[in-house]
Amino acid sequence: MLFQLTRRLLILLASLAVASVLVFGFMAVLPGDPAQVALGVNATPELLARTRHEFGLDRPLVVRYLDWIGGLLTGDFGRSYVTGERIGPSLVDRYGVTLWLVGAGMLVAVLIAVPAGVLAAVRHRRISGAVISGLSQLGVAVPGFLAGIVLVQVFAVSLGLVPSGGWTPPVVDPVEFLLGLILPALSLGLVQGAVLTRYVRSAVLDVLREDYIRTARAKGLTPFRALLRHGLRNAAVPVVTVLGLQLTTLLVGAVVVERVFVIPGLGSLLLDAVGNRDLLVVQDVVMVLVLTVLLVNFLVDVLYAVLNPRLRQVG
Amino acid sequence: MSGVEDIPSGPVPGAGTRAGRRGANASLLVGGALVAAVVLLALVSFLWTPHDPTLVDAPNRLRGPSAAHWLGTDRFGRDVASQVMVGARTTLFVGVVAVGVAALVGTPLGVLAAMSSRRLGELVMRGNDLVLAFPALLLAIMFGAVFGADTLTAMLAIGIATAPSFARLARGGAVEVLGTEYVLAARVAGRRRLAIAVRHVLPNIAGLVIVQTSVSFGIAVLAEAALSFLGLGTRPPTPSWGRMLQESQELLTVSPRLALVPGLAIALAVLGFNLLGDGLRDRLDPRLEARG
Amino acid sequence: MSRSEPRSPVLTVTGLTVSTVDTELVRDVSLRVDRGERVGLIGESGSGKSLTASAVLGLLPEGVRATGSVRLAGVDHDLLGASERALAALRGRRMTLVFQEPMTALNPAMRVVDQVAEVMLVHRTRPDRRSARAAAVELLDRVRLPDPADTARAYPHQLSGGQRQRVVLAIALANDPDLLICDEPTTALDVTVQARMLELIRAATARSTGLLFITHDLAVVASLCDRVLVMYGGRLVESGPVHQVFTAPRHPYTRGLLAASDLTATDERGRLRTIPGSVPGAGQFPAGCVFRTRCDRADQACGQLPDWRGTPEHGHACWHPTHPGGGAP
Repeated sequence: MLFQLTRRLLILLASLAVASVLVFGFMAVLPGDPAQVALGVNATPELLARTRHEFGLDRPLVVRYLDWIGGLLTGDFGRSYVTGERIGPSLVDRYGVTLWLVGAGMLVAVLIAVPAGVLAAVRHRRISGAVISGLSQLGVAVPGFLAGIVLVQVFAVSLGLVPSGGWTPPVVDPVEFLLGLILPALSLGLVQGAVLTRYVRSAVLDVLREDYIRTARAKGLTPFRALLRHGLRNAAVPVVTVLGLQLTTLLVGAVVVERVFVIPGLGSLLLDAVGNRDLLVVQDVVMVLVLTVLLVNFLVDVLYAVLNPRLRQVG
Repeated sequence: MSGVEDIPSGPVPGAGTRAGRRGANASLLVGGALVAAVVLLALVSFLWTPHDPTLVDAPNRLRGPSAAHWLGTDRFGRDVASQVMVGARTTLFVGVVAVGVAALVGTPLGVLAAMSSRRLGELVMRGNDLVLAFPALLLAIMFGAVFGADTLTAMLAIGIATAPSFARLARGGAVEVLGTEYVLAARVAGRRRLAIAVRHVLPNIAGLVIVQTSVSFGIAVLAEAALSFLGLGTRPPTPSWGRMLQESQELLTVSPRLALVPGLAIALAVLGFNLLGDGLRDRLDPRLEARG
Repeated sequence: MSRSEPRSPVLTVTGLTVSTVDTELVRDVSLRVDRGERVGLIGESGSGKSLTASAVLGLLPEGVRATGSVRLAGVDHDLLGASERALAALRGRRMTLVFQEPMTALNPAMRVVDQVAEVMLVHRTRPDRRSARAAAVELLDRVRLPDPADTARAYPHQLSGGQRQRVVLAIALANDPDLLICDEPTTALDVTVQARMLELIRAATARSTGLLFITHDLAVVASLCDRVLVMYGGRLVESGPVHQVFTAPRHPYTRGLLAASDLTATDERGRLRTIPGSVPGAGQFPAGCVFRTRCDRADQACGQLPDWRGTPEHGHACWHPTHPGGGAP
């Protein structure tokens, strides 16, 4: 277990290192000159040179990379090429907003998918099971932002039950915060829930065919209790892996949903930065997102080992 | 009389197998029909559309469905039906290129990882995992930031982001094929690696790859729609379902139809590719036959 | 409940038919297991023996239905058609099952001790988790697992196949059942492990538990069972005391099975004897006598279903039975 953990950790660190080089290299080498991009084609050569010097863009690439990565490690994300402001504070702020969205979306997805998937598996020969499967198949095909647009139209515009967009931090007004979170969470969670339902269903179906479920029933457990006591933990193993992958999808989905609901999260920051050609912000945000994805994958691997005693013994 | 007849022993006709088959056929049929409809729309749009999809006709803006405009007009008076038809072209074009890139890069890499030395194989798969940390949208945003977003960056981003799933699948399938006795026999007979890859491995994983292609196509359609919605995909005036949705957003109260039409087009196309993939999987991959 | 005298039936199955929507898989099977009696049920794979066991326990796969009657001593209702709740109360308590695959029969994510203790907790035969666990360790000792206290804490993947099968047996014996059904419990085990397992089953059923032992291994039946039932094509074709059936089989199928299992007997060309042809798929058995397509004695009469001759405890269903002694007429 410890060996496995160390190995996974080393892989994580190596992946992070390579990913940072990729992100930096891509942003730094390919476009040519970030200062030019930031200032536009009409900038005078003097202004260009001054800006380049100001942001340290005239130094060698290796130095710039080490400077950037060293800054990240100490929590310094640098200054925007466009506004000159420190990137760190707003990035951390917006990261929190996006995490709320992703967490709430995941919660919605799990709350939908676990009961629906289990039901669809247990009743897979009946109409109710087929209906759930059909609905999940449909749900998978709907883009998250479309779900968002429809939800806004129905619940915010027509019924006026919840705000149609915007963001209230939880410390300012918890009620308003929760109300505002509902629609974005639903539009993220409904679609992911449909995807997850299909995985839960097939994992539970697989488990239901296992001999140990039969053993449990031969012991005198009712089918439902047999599934509950012996099935769910084993079915959770493949589902957790999918859940990890889904977090990535949700993170990306949040970028789009933030646009629909005008939420100041990481996605809006990223898209605005792309619009403003603010390359260092893009570079920082992309790195933070990639870091999150890799970290989640690492945690999923660890959780996988914890859930599966067969893996715990190895090494 | 000896009375011995050679009766083949068939499988026990479990109800599940049959229901599964029936489900697979339905998936295949419905999925195939939806995909065929999208392809047909796109093909017809080359020859004929009711109107010029980019023709601005201010007096006729925001009209409801009529004989002249089957699905009405948008806020510039452009014909929605024509835009949907040409949008199908965009969707398919992006899908074909993106998934093509993914399959052509991913599959050989996966086979390479399975057939090469352990160290190289490990390296390829680690790289694969790393690319997985860059979702399509993120790549597209990076590309967009650097090169300026258009259809090409969207296609490339989706293609690169989808390639790892092909590599992983191809590696798994190839490892299995390489363990079979006929490959062992071919090796013993001194066949070169490339020959084994071409003669044995590729034909045997073709089914898996085809299924993955169909499923990836659905994902690509969704990704393209999302990118165009964010303004990082297809540029105006080329019609795209994702951008039609984005343009409709602020007019939702006035004319929900403008969102509904492209939304439905996206959902049905994705549903079609997913169902087609499911149906093909049940047909081409006997191991999964019993699964729902 | 008081234990009644031996020779009283613990399980009585009458006219059991198991079928899917369009195929009959087991047809008109009647059998009886007495207290303290060990009954072997033999046949090739696909003969319907496992389905018969599943039907008794009410564990048929979805989409498969059973008709007829299954009675368990001390239960005043028919098990077929009983509610899931009523059946669950009997399973693991009054009737238990040990089945073929020791590698997969245990939950991989649960410690052995909890899996054994569970069957006592479900039926409340032990008051609490602690005493159930203690009883579980005792049971593991009873099935001769080495270091029962250590084994109890293990996960299934840390045990060998033979050890796992003994854990499954411990689960089956935990509540002192009236009926123990073993479905090929030794098929997946090594020969030496197999012998020890059989010894344990014999010891466990020595008193008043009735045993229905399903296998295709005639040697196991010969060494373990008192009585034997032979199934083919979903039907019982012969039954009787083991000694009599094995020394003087009446049904050509039984004779074929015996010849095929006799490694010293060879045909005129010096090859081991086999039954010609192969078992047809379900639903593809011929009308009339199910064995007639592979039988060297089949003729026109076999197009009719043969009646059962003799008593349910000792008889056969064949138009042209071999004579006692096994020779041709």
